[in-house]
Amino acid sequence: MSNVLFDSPGPRAISRNRLIGAISIVVVVGAVGYVLLRFYQTGQFDASKWEWLLYEQVQVELLRALGNTVGAFATGAVLALAFGAVFALGRLSDHAWLRVPCTGIVEFFRAIPLVILIFFLYYAAPGLGVNFGQYWSVVLGLTLYNGSVLAEVFRAGVHALPKGQTEAAYSIGMRKNQVMRFVVLPQSVRMMLPAIISQLVVLLKDSALGFLITYQELLYYARYLGGVPTLDRPIIPVSMVVAALYISMCLLLTWFANFLDRRNRRGKKTRVIAAPAEDRLAATGGAPTGE
Amino acid sequence: MDILVEYGDVLARGFLHTIELFLLAGVGSLVLGTVLATLRVSPVPALRAVGTGYVTLLRNTPLTLVFFFFVFAYPKLELLQFPFFTAAVIALTIYTSAFVCEVLRSGINTVPVGQAEAARSIGLGFAQSLTNVILPQAFRAVVPPMVSVLIALLKNTTVAAGFSVNEVGSVIPFLNEEGEPTTNAFIWIAVGFLILVIPLTLVQRSFEKRWSVAR
Repeated sequence: MSNVLFDSPGPRAISRNRLIGAISIVVVVGAVGYVLLRFYQTGQFDASKWEWLLYEQVQVELLRALGNTVGAFATGAVLALAFGAVFALGRLSDHAWLRVPCTGIVEFFRAIPLVILIFFLYYAAPGLGVNFGQYWSVVLGLTLYNGSVLAEVFRAGVHALPKGQTEAAYSIGMRKNQVMRFVVLPQSVRMMLPAIISQLVVLLKDSALGFLITYQELLYYARYLGGVPTLDRPIIPVSMVVAALYISMCLLLTWFANFLDRRNRRGKKTRVIAAPAEDRLAATGGAPTGE
Repeated sequence: MDILVEYGDVLARGFLHTIELFLLAGVGSLVLGTVLATLRVSPVPALRAVGTGYVTLLRNTPLTLVFFFFVFAYPKLELLQFPFFTAAVIALTIYTSAFVCEVLRSGINTVPVGQAEAARSIGLGFAQSLTNVILPQAFRAVVPPMVSVLIALLKNTTVAAGFSVNEVGSVIPFLNEEGEPTTNAFIWIAVGFLILVIPLTLVQRSFEKRWSVAR
C-alpha cells in the first residue's frame, strides 16, 4: 500500500484503533458465531450428517467428481491456451483477410455469457446435428470463452514489448516469423505468465458451470449427495467440504500467479500484462494478479 | 423469426428479469464494494483483515458455488427465508462486491500520495480525506474498469438460470423442454446481450473522455 491515507497513529489514535478493532472483531465473531450456532441448532454438526465422509463408496465417488472437475479444467486449459495462441497470432497478422475474422471471433466469444454458450453447445447443437454431450459442452465453452480472453492477453503481451526490440530484429535481417520466435515471444511470455495463470483460475471456477447442464462434477455430486435421505440429507456439510476443495484449488493457482508476478516485478524492468478487468473479474470470476 | 412470434413474451420476460437482477445486484455490490474498499484502506488493522479475508475468499469461489449455497444450503438454516430471485440478487451482490472492492482499491492507489499528504497537512482526518479528496478522484479513475465489472455482472446474471430464476439464460433449457429448436433463441439472446452491453460501453467511453482526471 503505497498510499497512506492516515498518519502514523499517536497514543490516542492507537487506543482508539484498538477499540474499533476490538469492536469489529466482536461483531465479526458474533456474526460468524451466530451462523455456527444456527448450524448447530439445526443439527448440521450432528454425527449423522457427517457420517457420509466415512463411507468408502462416497469417498471414491467424491474423488471421481473431483477428477471430473479437474479433467474439464485441464482439457479446457490446454485447448484454451492453444486457441488463444492461434487467434492471437491471427489478430497480429499483417493480412487483413486473416486479422479481421480472427478479431470478430474473439470479440464474439468474449461478449456472449459463458452460460449461454454452454447451453447452446448442450441444448441447441444436437438440433444442428452435432452432439457434444456434457463433458465437451463444458470443455468447448471454457475453451472458446477463455481462449478468446487469452488471445487478448497474448496480444497485449506482444504489444507491451518495447518497439525497439522488433525493429532491431528486423534491422539485422530477420523475417517476421523469426522475430516472433526468437525475440518477441521469449520475452513477452515471461511478462504474460501471471495473467495467464489468473485466467486459468477463472477457467477453473467456470468449470463449476458444468453443474447447470448436469455434468457430473463436484457441485453436481454435492447436490446429489446432499439429498440422500439415508445419509440424513447432509447438504450443508457437503457444501462446506466442496467449497473448501474449490477455494483451496483456486487459492493455490492464485498464489502461484502472485508468486510469478512478484518474481517478475523484482529488479527486471518488465511491464505487467493484465487481461481486461471485465474478463479477469468476470464470467464466473477471476483473480487479478496482485495489485 | 417464428420463435419471436411464439415465444417473444418468454424472451421479453427473461430479459426483464435479467435487467432487474443486474440493476439490484449492481447497486448492491457498488455499495458493499465501497464499504469493503474503505475497510481495506482503513487505519484499523482488524478492519483491514476483515476486508482482505472477504475479498480473498470470494474471489476464489466459483459464482455457481455461491448460488448453490444460497439456494440449497441456506434455507436449511431456517433463518429468514426468501424467494429464489432475492437469493440470486444476494449471491450476485456478495460475489461482485469483492471485485468492485478490488477495482476501487486499485483506483485509490492511482491517486498520488501527495494528495493524501496534502489532505492530512490541512488537518483532515481519515474519513474526511477519504470522502473529500481521495474517493472522488479514485471513482473517476476507475470508471472504465468498473463498467467492465458491471458488464461481467450482467453476463453473470445468466448463472441464475440454473437456480430456478426465470431470467434470459433459462429460456434455452425451457425451449428445449418444449421441444422447440433453440438455435434461433440463441441468436436473439446474443443480440439482446449486445443491445444491453453497447450502452454500457458507450457510457464507459463518454465518462472516460469527460472524466479523465486533470492531474
